[in-house]
Amino acid sequence: MRIFLIFLAFALALALVPILGSRALVQDLFTVLCLLVLALNWNLLAGFAGLVSVGQQAFVGIGAYAMFACVILLGLNPILGMLVGGLVAMALSVPVAFFAFRLHGAYFAIGTWAVADIARLSFSQWKALGGGTGTALPKEAVQEMAVIQILRDLFGGSKAAAVDMLTYWLALALVLAVLAASWIFLRSRLGLGLQAVRDNPVAARAVGVDPTRLKALVFLLTAFVTGICGGLLFIQIGRISPDAAFSLLDWTAFVIFIVVIGGIGTLPGPIIGVLVFYGLERALADYGTLYLILLGLIGIAIMLFARRGLWGSFIQRTGFDPLPLGHRAPARATPE
Amino acid sequence: MIWLDTLVQGLLLGGLYALFAAGLSLVFGIMRLVNLAHGDLIVLGAYLILGIGTATGLNPFLAALLALPVMFALGMALQAGLLNRVLGEDILPPLLVTFGLSVVIQNGLLTAFSADSRKLPLGPVEAASVPLGPVTIGTMPLLTFGSAILVILALNWLFYRTALGRAFRATSDDPVTAQLMGIRPQRIFAVATGIALVVATIAALYLGARANFDPSIGPARLLYAFEAVIIGGLGSLWGTLAGGLVIGVAQAFGAALNPEWQILAGHIAFVLVLLLRPRGLFPRALD
Repeated sequence: MRIFLIFLAFALALALVPILGSRALVQDLFTVLCLLVLALNWNLLAGFAGLVSVGQQAFVGIGAYAMFACVILLGLNPILGMLVGGLVAMALSVPVAFFAFRLHGAYFAIGTWAVADIARLSFSQWKALGGGTGTALPKEAVQEMAVIQILRDLFGGSKAAAVDMLTYWLALALVLAVLAASWIFLRSRLGLGLQAVRDNPVAARAVGVDPTRLKALVFLLTAFVTGICGGLLFIQIGRISPDAAFSLLDWTAFVIFIVVIGGIGTLPGPIIGVLVFYGLERALADYGTLYLILLGLIGIAIMLFARRGLWGSFIQRTGFDPLPLGHRAPARATPE
Repeated sequence: MIWLDTLVQGLLLGGLYALFAAGLSLVFGIMRLVNLAHGDLIVLGAYLILGIGTATGLNPFLAALLALPVMFALGMALQAGLLNRVLGEDILPPLLVTFGLSVVIQNGLLTAFSADSRKLPLGPVEAASVPLGPVTIGTMPLLTFGSAILVILALNWLFYRTALGRAFRATSDDPVTAQLMGIRPQRIFAVATGIALVVATIAALYLGARANFDPSIGPARLLYAFEAVIIGGLGSLWGTLAGGLVIGVAQAFGAALNPEWQILAGHIAFVLVLLLRPRGLFPRALD
């Protein structure tokens, strides 16, 4: 119980950042929260469903482009566009799954990567949204949203600051929703089945778990959330191009490092990972490429010496797991 | 006639992709290792050739000859010191380690050589061409294609005609039984990666001579190479050549229709082949 209270206090403190903190901090933490959403998703895929995708940037880009299309071509509200982005990403994940699920292990990784590159190249053919060079989100479409006016009435500040505030809170809400949903899902029948498949596929099938159905479900749901996150990211960024929206480095490589450092296959792992990632980024921001080299070396070291990452090693050392994903075994009936 | 020309250009480009892919195919086939750093190792090879050439004033072909043993040693060290420790049932650790390696190499090269694009200077042979029936073929692309065939022939000879190749095949099929016969899989793996990097150096020579390169181009080349390996089927070297040709021809015809479609056409060919043959065209080993 206490762990939930600490967690709640932490979430509340984060929610207060836009009111008390500087705008630069809000923008920084927005990116961190979005990376955390992507990391939680990738962890579900690779750490729990065994689907090592190198192509999640496809769904970030699709969500972002769908949001832009809704705003620019259909004149919809950007927040609505973001939700449409999630739905479009999920719809497109169905044919992707039909293709990629025929491939196993490493083939799956390469297949998803190729699919993401196909998506990037296809979207750069979309001339109405700027083709290969991309386009900007009309400022007024974002800043004239009714909710922006309400935020300004409440907290003052410029329109742009109110947009940052709104996107920040949406990102925080998305993080909390994904965390809660993952927690409930992983402790449900379906989630336990998924972990059973990961730990021993043969035994899991023997007790009636259908691995393909479960994995497809996870693939579709993570595509949905990743698409929403892509839409949200690009509302805040305000400018889209195929290379930025479908960036392997930004939306998949960093995310993989975050999950690996924090602890793959553990629920709190991505949170620890994103904190380390942010700390490193702040400390080494002036060194450019050195930062990436260090990140790569840390990732390699983790795989060599502590495969379950920082969180997994912590649990292994101390035996203390505040967020257990299993259920306590029922108490043995004592003979009377 | 333009279509014949496109076909020939596509086949020649496919030769280059087969060179990128051959080392990958060897390692993949023997130890199921997906080396995500292979593209960056090729770029590293190109910089090594450039560095040796600049330091000694040698022609890039001779510089590449000097680079071969260096890359072989690097490959053995990499496998023995790092990759052997993460190989196993779980495919995730080797995938993530080579991914980290890819980021380290790429940014290491960026720090050392900046983002400027370079080229290996070959002199007059770059512009030379040979008339061949109705089409004219550049000497360098033809040389690239010939080298690809030679590399595949040499690797096949090694694989099927030598004691080392027998050890390769035995370890690929059943590492435990191979150990009973006195083969040490770890050593075999180290030699295989060394050979893979020798092939990567040959690929690097033609990559650097054909067009400009910079530290960031590794991953895209890796993707084409992987597509070639997967199209060809696990463990089949001739399959890898066929896969490279499929990608090359698809890209050439895509580019002929619209220059923006070149890469896209290659990827689509990859997806189509896999939809029809999920294990590739000529699979030798079971994965």
